[in-house]
Amino acid sequence: MPENPTGPAAPQDRTPQTTGSSAGAATAPTGAQPTDTQPTGADMSSTGAPADAGSQGASILLREITKAYPGQKKPAVGGLTMEIPAGSTVMLVGPSGCGKTTTLKMINRLIEPTDGSIIMGDEDITTMDADKLRRRIGYVIQAGGLFPHMTVAANIGIVPKMLGWDKQRIADRVDELLDLVSLDPGTYRGRYPKELSGGQQQRIGVARALAADPPVLLMDEPFGAVDPITRQRLQDELISIQAELKKTIVCVTHDFDEAVKLGDWIAIFAEGGQLVQYDSPEQILKHPANDFVENFIGSGAGLKQLTLSRVADAEVREALTSPVDAGPAAALEALRTAQAAGTAPAGTEDSIVVLDSRQRPVHWFSARQLERLSAFPDRPDEDLPVVGERASLNDALDTMLVSSTSNAIVTGGRDRFLGVIGVETVMDAITSARSAGAEQAPPSPLGENTGPVEVTSP
Amino acid sequence: MWDYLVDRLPQILFAGWQHFSLVVQCLILATALSIVLAALVYRSGAWTSVANSVTAIGLTIPSFALIGLLIAPVGYGVTPAVIVVTFFATLPILRNAVVGLSSVPAATVESARGIGMSRMRTLLTVELPMAWPVILAGIRVSAQMVMGIAAVAAYALGPGLGGLIFSGLSRLGGANSLESVVVGVIGIIILALLLDLILVGIGRLTTPKGIRA
Repeated sequence: MPENPTGPAAPQDRTPQTTGSSAGAATAPTGAQPTDTQPTGADMSSTGAPADAGSQGASILLREITKAYPGQKKPAVGGLTMEIPAGSTVMLVGPSGCGKTTTLKMINRLIEPTDGSIIMGDEDITTMDADKLRRRIGYVIQAGGLFPHMTVAANIGIVPKMLGWDKQRIADRVDELLDLVSLDPGTYRGRYPKELSGGQQQRIGVARALAADPPVLLMDEPFGAVDPITRQRLQDELISIQAELKKTIVCVTHDFDEAVKLGDWIAIFAEGGQLVQYDSPEQILKHPANDFVENFIGSGAGLKQLTLSRVADAEVREALTSPVDAGPAAALEALRTAQAAGTAPAGTEDSIVVLDSRQRPVHWFSARQLERLSAFPDRPDEDLPVVGERASLNDALDTMLVSSTSNAIVTGGRDRFLGVIGVETVMDAITSARSAGAEQAPPSPLGENTGPVEVTSP
Repeated sequence: MWDYLVDRLPQILFAGWQHFSLVVQCLILATALSIVLAALVYRSGAWTSVANSVTAIGLTIPSFALIGLLIAPVGYGVTPAVIVVTFFATLPILRNAVVGLSSVPAATVESARGIGMSRMRTLLTVELPMAWPVILAGIRVSAQMVMGIAAVAAYALGPGLGGLIFSGLSRLGGANSLESVVVGVIGIIILALLLDLILVGIGRLTTPKGIRA
């Protein structure tokens, strides 16, 4: 069975399932395109084979790998067979000491497996030169693992330099990558890591891992050292980077919510590198394999479904808008007219979103507030409840709770106004996530422990 | 005193230069030796403690005794002086080099290995640059210490300002004996300050901006 890990039937496409689990996605009145923000796009499944042309992801097969340390009775990882489909994001989760990090490090052979083999693409990498192998695999660790004595540019350019690229090509690549991780090249290329915030360091870490355009990216608790808000932003960024690059990502985390948010597939480990369940986030949430998984997921599986659904997939409603140049009087009139005509959208019928010249939301006022205003404040309202269309419904709910509103403004590319999302939409999503069946479950990739493993799951 | 200084200025300057040159060359040798030794031992806890014990015990050996003992096997002159000065110079540098290399965060080393750097490249481009400020601090301590120790080289007829001190002490009470000792001692202090200043300058130039305190 392990001989044919990624045949044409390798599961790539979870689009139908994602759409199916988000309520009312079919009738978004703004006509917002339900964007598939999941890393594995439909274009990949349509080819019927893993698209590993160029630098896109390569599949990885772990074949009965074992890591035993001398003097320890039980192996850290025992006879693990696991298939990682090309271009997908696989999250390894489990309690500490469960062997997830060991498994990850065996892929780039920072830890040498005692037994078994690892195949990347069509190539057995178990015996090849480890340093050469690692230059083809991006590696990101907590806080980026940057070298403090080198500038940002030198840090990012280090793998290309080892691969013998010329200076100009490295410099161009550095700027390109800084751009990719949303840092201005002119400002940041000459800085040192200590002059950066934790989130920026982590971004540089990702940029460095991507520098030589490796097909595979390994991440070890990448967002463990940053605050929750930065973490959410970095996760969103990783999702959009992955949507663009379609690498094969293997990521270790202890945070199940992060796994649900980022992963195409989640592998849950128990002690001894024992793979308990390896399936899509939806399936794990709906059908946990056993008590261990259930305990690990914790309560509120329905709420966790929210991290699976994107704002863009849910119902984004229209709202009244007015240009900021027109002033409060015109805005109030527009609001009154709409109310009189009965065309004010339900839910936000008594408020109007003020947009600047580039269609970005700057204020959000009710009729009563407008009556008191003679002119709009100069500065945009910093506390507007705004979520990006790629954000998860969970993030949207968070935003609403933080600003105590029942609606949040949805913005698209370059912060352009798209519509609003209401708390009812999120509630509907929870309800339908609970009731949604498993009828569209895609076949999950192969994953099992075939070696002699003492099973000691609690 | 002044007359003594003026009369023998060329000799004093020559002895001073030799003293300085002996110390600097031995420091360079000691630094190279320390880094190689530290690179060999810092990964292993057992060898690190051996290195630390040796450096601690080594400093308790009287330099005067050591140079005396060396005369029999290696003879008089420059050789025993170089051996003694290098030996004592190595001790603080080795200690700091081991500390510096082992205080490079394990995560940084792992990330270097993880992106495909070989052991040697990791040592040369990541670990040594990061440990350099600590190593340099060891070199400065060493420089101060061996400036004084180099004076005993004169006992084995080695070069340097030690000759002035020894000859003065051996005929204490005689003409110009005190002047000779004083000039030797003050000369050594001046050289020590000068060398420290140079080392501070080197530190400024060679410490990467990202890890400068």
